[in-house]
Amino acid sequence: MSAASIKESSATTPASEAPLLVVNDLKTYFKTDRGLVRAVDGVSFTLERGRTLGVVGESGSGKTVLSRSIMGLLPKRDVERSGSVKFEGVELVGADTSLMVEYWGDQMAMVFQDPMTSLNPVMRVGKQITEGLRQHLDISKDHANQTALALLSSVGIPEPERRLRQYPHEMSGGMRQRVMIAIAIACGPKLLFADEPTTALDVTVQAQILDLLQTQQRDRYMAMILVTHDLGVVAGRTDEIAVMYAGKVVEKAPTKVLFSNLRHPYTEALLSSIPKISDPSHTRLKTIGGRPPNLINPPSGCKFSPRCAYATDKCRTEEPPLSAPDSDGHQFSCWFPVELSAKQTAGVR
Amino acid sequence: MAGTGKAHLSQGETVLRIEDLFVEFPVGRSGLKVSAVAGISIDVREGETLGLVGESGCGKSTLGKAIMQIVTANSGQVLFGDIELTTLKGEELRQTRPRLQMIFQDPISSLNPRRRVGKIVREGLDIWKIGDEASRQAKVLEVLEVVGIDAEAAIGRRPHEFSGGQCQRISIARAVATEPRVIICDEPVSALDVSVQAQILNLLEDMKARYGLTLVFIAHDLAVVKNISDRVAVMYLGKLCEIATPDDLYASPAHPYTAALLSAIPVADPEVNPTLRGGVGGEIPSPLAPPSGCRFRTRCPLATEKCAEEEPQVQEVRPNHFVACHFPLAEGQDLPALEANIA
Ligand SMILES: Nc1ncnc2c1ncn2[C@@H]1O[C@H](COP(=O)(O)OP(=O)(O)OP(=O)(O)O)[C@@H](O)[C@H]1O
Ligand SMILES: Nc1ncnc2c1ncn2[C@@H]1O[C@H](COP(=O)(O)OP(=O)(O)O)[C@@H](O)[C@H]1O
Ligand code: SF4
Ligand code: SF4
Ligand SMILES: [Mg+2]
Ligand SMILES: [Mg+2]
Repeated sequence: MSAASIKESSATTPASEAPLLVVNDLKTYFKTDRGLVRAVDGVSFTLERGRTLGVVGESGSGKTVLSRSIMGLLPKRDVERSGSVKFEGVELVGADTSLMVEYWGDQMAMVFQDPMTSLNPVMRVGKQITEGLRQHLDISKDHANQTALALLSSVGIPEPERRLRQYPHEMSGGMRQRVMIAIAIACGPKLLFADEPTTALDVTVQAQILDLLQTQQRDRYMAMILVTHDLGVVAGRTDEIAVMYAGKVVEKAPTKVLFSNLRHPYTEALLSSIPKISDPSHTRLKTIGGRPPNLINPPSGCKFSPRCAYATDKCRTEEPPLSAPDSDGHQFSCWFPVELSAKQTAGVR
Repeated sequence: MAGTGKAHLSQGETVLRIEDLFVEFPVGRSGLKVSAVAGISIDVREGETLGLVGESGCGKSTLGKAIMQIVTANSGQVLFGDIELTTLKGEELRQTRPRLQMIFQDPISSLNPRRRVGKIVREGLDIWKIGDEASRQAKVLEVLEVVGIDAEAAIGRRPHEFSGGQCQRISIARAVATEPRVIICDEPVSALDVSVQAQILNLLEDMKARYGLTLVFIAHDLAVVKNISDRVAVMYLGKLCEIATPDDLYASPAHPYTAALLSAIPVADPEVNPTLRGGVGGEIPSPLAPPSGCRFRTRCPLATEKCAEEEPQVQEVRPNHFVACHFPLAEGQDLPALEANIA
């Protein structure tokens, strides 16, 4: 989405018709003793109601900071946040905490990677759900309890009455993640962030949780931002994918377009380094040499150039811009994008 | 296997042979016991990589640690070559250590943070007095270079100055320094990014070829296990379900649990609708009170009364393909859909 069309849509349309979320040139820097960490460095995208965006990248690429920055859940000190985050046309960058509190839970909510550390260990699960409900919806205790019961059943927890009285440690990892989802959707948010919601879980439980997120999202017409390092997780479950590298979106496209027509060498390398279940055993894996860049002193030019198989002198001196969307809505930032022949070797799992 | 039996054990010589191994952990003073490994027999052949997969808590790490004698088995044998490890004590057991090594999941915390990398890699050589001063130093430099670490620069630094992937390389260097016959790798790539994971998997293959190693490779990622293994064993709740070569096992699983596990793997293909792909309903039952008969029966779409009454014995369904199930799937037979019964 270009800057011009963003301005147009937010300036002239009433809030309810504005896109759900418009992020424009969002930057989030942390001041540290060693220097400025450019964790999110100019990210722009638009998310419509009911849609799912997958955000993919190696650890440290800025996925979590991006989600937290959109939600305004950042440390109070030593953070520089700039750019624009418009939620139904309302600007959230620079907004007061009092405004943000109205949005949290009510309009947007988050499911974190590790449910054990994000649930309160000394509070019964039921209370953790009803507290949020009563705070945001101003309903009676009884009503809140009834709603909590209904929520636990809707996220597939058997014997919800008994579970409401349990503490988090009395539940398995998968069960706790279901509780987290129940809490997150309790107030009917329009946007759900799921930050690596299944990374700590077994494949079997992972599949159950992802299915649950998907049905809840469809039933409630929520938009979702699904953050993960696993391209397998986002492939069948998102409308669009943004690939992040060193704080920037380096490629973004509708999911099917991305998998059938990837253009960025980093996306290609990421995809081909995953062992594929369809390959015979002992197939030599393709690797990406080196490590993700230091975000305090990133390399000049294209930040992927030190690890890129196609890098030239131009790549090392000039940073490629994110291209305008083509007719498929496909954008990428690369001077020498991957062509068809190379792509076919990348393949899928 | 999700029952017992030994039909799958090789008649010939094996590097490691585990028979009827049981490990139980008492729970506080309650008198209850976690049945973590419940009568497992398995062998590891010279030069192979044996993959071990299964859901969290099924006993993979406990089995690895019981082989290493880090946890004590309640009963059963662990034969390393012709030495029975479970009855060895003190000095005799210590003498086997350089030949049998283990690598752990969390690369950073498994290295002593106060020690310098040179010392960490040398430790085994010093403890077991392998070689003289000069040869130990040469060995340290050799193994660090081989795993892709700049040895001269690294030996004076401490683990926290390295990334997760580099720490895992250092762990591998430490493990191969004593020239072991067998290395047990417990989830060595689970904590790493996909890009680093690929580097470490390739490195393990290279180490195996260079030093003639035999590996036991524990992981929960089925694609990773397939990539590195010569045979794969599937575990469920302290029991073995199935053991076969990876290409055969993944193409035509005979145990309903293996079939269900395979169908739960996310596929990096947007044309595949993940919600229509089966998987396993419910959760793994408590190891405090495992189901009677076949331990998988509470989640198995094929379960019958017989499965509750009789523990299935391991049988060979195809050449070198062993399974413990009363009703193994035939080649090409699909698992019927599961009801989402959440236990
Ligand atoms: N020291 C211990 N005391 C009590 N119970 C234990 C102990 N170690 C393991 N267990 C239990 O034994 C069972 C098997 O655990 P184990 O760690 O071997 O599983 P795993 O297959 O390695 O799982 P994961 O994939 O999560 O690493 C589990 O129920 C676990 O809770
Ligand atoms: N509070 C903070 N202070 C300083 N640096 C931070 C802070 N939070 C995150 N970072 C840095 O920002 C970068 C992106 O982090 P993150 O968004 O957590 O990555 P991801 O979620 O993609 O793994 C990393 O280099 C991380 O170390
Ligand atoms: S711009 Fe150059 S270095 Fe960067 S990804 Fe494209 S080809 Fe590689
Ligand atoms: S069919 Fe019976 S024996 Fe086989 S896995 Fe299912 S429950 Fe176990
Ligand atoms: Mg993160
Ligand atoms: Mg383990």
